[in-house]
Amino acid sequence: MIQKWSYPLVAVVLGSSLLAACGNAQTQTEEKKPEAAQPDKPAAADQSATASTTPSPELQASIDQYRKWVVDQTDQFVKATESFTNAVKAGDMEKAKKEYAPARAYFEKIEPIAESLGDFDPWIDAREGDVPDNEWRGYHKLEKALWETKSVADQGKVADQLLQDVKQLRVKVESVEIDVPMLVTGSVELLNEVSSSKVTGEEERYSHTDLYDFAANVEGAHEIYKVLKPAVTEKDAALATEIEARFADLDKALAPYRKGDGYVLYTELKEDQVKKLSQSLDALAEPLSKMGKIVGG
Amino acid sequence: MNDKHLENTTSNKFTRREALKLAGVGGIGLLLGATGVNTLMPSSPKNEQTSATPTGADEVIPFYGKHQSGIITPMQDFICMGAFDLTTTSLGDVRSLFQSWTQAAARMTAGKSVDEESDHALLPPVDTGEAMGLRPMKLTITFGLGASFFDERFGLASKRPAPLVDLPRFNSDEMRKEWSGGDIVVQVCANDPQVAFHALRNLARIARGKAVLHWLQEGFQRTSASDPTGSTPRNLLGFKDGTNNPPVNDPATANEVVWANTAESPAWMAGGSYMVMRRIRMRIEVWDRSTLTDQENTFGRHRLTGAPLGKANEFDELELDRKDAKGKPVIPVNSHTALAHMEGKVKILRRGYSYSSGMDLKTGQLDAGLLFICFNRDPRKQFIPMQQKLASVDLLNEYITHVGSGLYACLPGASEGGYIGDTLF
Repeated sequence: MIQKWSYPLVAVVLGSSLLAACGNAQTQTEEKKPEAAQPDKPAAADQSATASTTPSPELQASIDQYRKWVVDQTDQFVKATESFTNAVKAGDMEKAKKEYAPARAYFEKIEPIAESLGDFDPWIDAREGDVPDNEWRGYHKLEKALWETKSVADQGKVADQLLQDVKQLRVKVESVEIDVPMLVTGSVELLNEVSSSKVTGEEERYSHTDLYDFAANVEGAHEIYKVLKPAVTEKDAALATEIEARFADLDKALAPYRKGDGYVLYTELKEDQVKKLSQSLDALAEPLSKMGKIVGG
Repeated sequence: MNDKHLENTTSNKFTRREALKLAGVGGIGLLLGATGVNTLMPSSPKNEQTSATPTGADEVIPFYGKHQSGIITPMQDFICMGAFDLTTTSLGDVRSLFQSWTQAAARMTAGKSVDEESDHALLPPVDTGEAMGLRPMKLTITFGLGASFFDERFGLASKRPAPLVDLPRFNSDEMRKEWSGGDIVVQVCANDPQVAFHALRNLARIARGKAVLHWLQEGFQRTSASDPTGSTPRNLLGFKDGTNNPPVNDPATANEVVWANTAESPAWMAGGSYMVMRRIRMRIEVWDRSTLTDQENTFGRHRLTGAPLGKANEFDELELDRKDAKGKPVIPVNSHTALAHMEGKVKILRRGYSYSSGMDLKTGQLDAGLLFICFNRDPRKQFIPMQQKLASVDLLNEYITHVGSGLYACLPGASEGGYIGDTLF
């Protein structure tokens, strides 16, 4: 449904490379049309002008802290995937089903980073129909085998490939370029993911473990907020307060669906419960999308 | 009521409010100019107005003609569009339905009631009545046939036009049956939503026992009152949409882009066109929290002016191979504008409207988007390759989902005394 494959990367890369050109064009426009109201333009110019400059030592520290967290998550992702794929290869359906959602959750937490590294997202996370059938691989292919066709007898190769992809992600993540605009947009992208496919129950169409992904995406966004919090507080204390309150609200909204170490199946939710989750999410994403003001201005 | 209605269409009484509105637009000269047009040419050729007649309330767009109106007609403010499924299996019934529809449509577009009113106290009124006393408001009614019309029911399978293909599944389509297809489509456009709804409602009423509604969608752009200059409308993502539409008031361009001819289509379709409908849901909430830079890169245009990225004015040339200092394209190659341009070789006539259908009860989010409508001579060469390109890589796909779809053969126009579809049935 969502064309998430590698586009955020394209947007980020092109976004930053276009900045100078855009800034000039906007200036010209303003000169030619002084009468036009341009409330958005100064903000854009600010963002553009500063996005390519080196971050302050404080923000650089935030980036380093975030990278450390991402590397740690990816370490755990490799371990969890190894255990999961071993279960698949051993034909232990029960164990594989149990480990599927918690293992995938590590990936959901760091998805914007994985997306910025090229094809990892489609390799690991494509759903059926997202890519041509003969290129389909990764977690959701195994999900279908486990829950829908109910046989993993011929899934050994898929399992091996998945583990290899995840290990390669671990290597790449070490050197991934992270800057502040990427963090800011990445946090919102994580919530957009939830809003577009998890909240509609389309992500985990066979296992119905969407709430694991939901919580993981939110946790990933929260992690980004945590490292940027000092900068946000300095720039706009009210915004920081609002964001924290909304994270707390969302956590509260999710709480009734926790079950053991995980979550109830998405299919157990009633319509008004889904709506409440969705609306809490939008309420958080809106102020979160204003974090960009920590850059420049 | 009929007489009164007729009087409205032919007299050119301007109310004080209209006079003020017009004066506000372009001064008294424009007011006189507009009056002149209406007085001398009450049925002026359909593609020569809009900007000259900011309200055009009394303007009648002729129903009869070589082509159906509502295709190259400049866009009206509102749309009420529906698809019907035939419940009859008799071709005779279909023929008489189209005859009745033609008569009703010709009357309604002229600002009249659907038929002569009877004064029988024990009968329901002939016209449903909600457009009584209202002016024509540039009403157009356009009929098209879906591929299912040519199945085994009416013995017309051999007459199915080659360009009326089944649209392929495009990447990321999430089609829903209740928003797709239909045996017959009716596009009703007008500068007043009540006038448009009235027309569709009466057509549905006439069809009872022969055809039922399959889907119905209303849409809007902005009104001519809020934008008297008739500039490019904005979609619900806030961007100007349709800047590159081909100039179909040039007959050669219309023949090239819009009108079916016997090179690809059967003779009975000559002068018709193929209409594509896509109901495109927008992820409004997600869009609203994406940055200005992302939004502009997604379209490849500046939000405020509609100018191509790096340019100042909306109609500035789209230089897709222009590079910035670092050698990157100024307009992202995956932007909507860059892809839809199709190297300037493939063109379609877009005639889309925004829709809002309240909220999605499941998520509590806005159920809104674009009722995309386009006309082309042969969708196999125009719409399909364009959409294939867009569906696979367009940056906009992150923010939209196609949930409904239809391809319809819009019949040639009818001449007075004839009826829509008489070349086929």
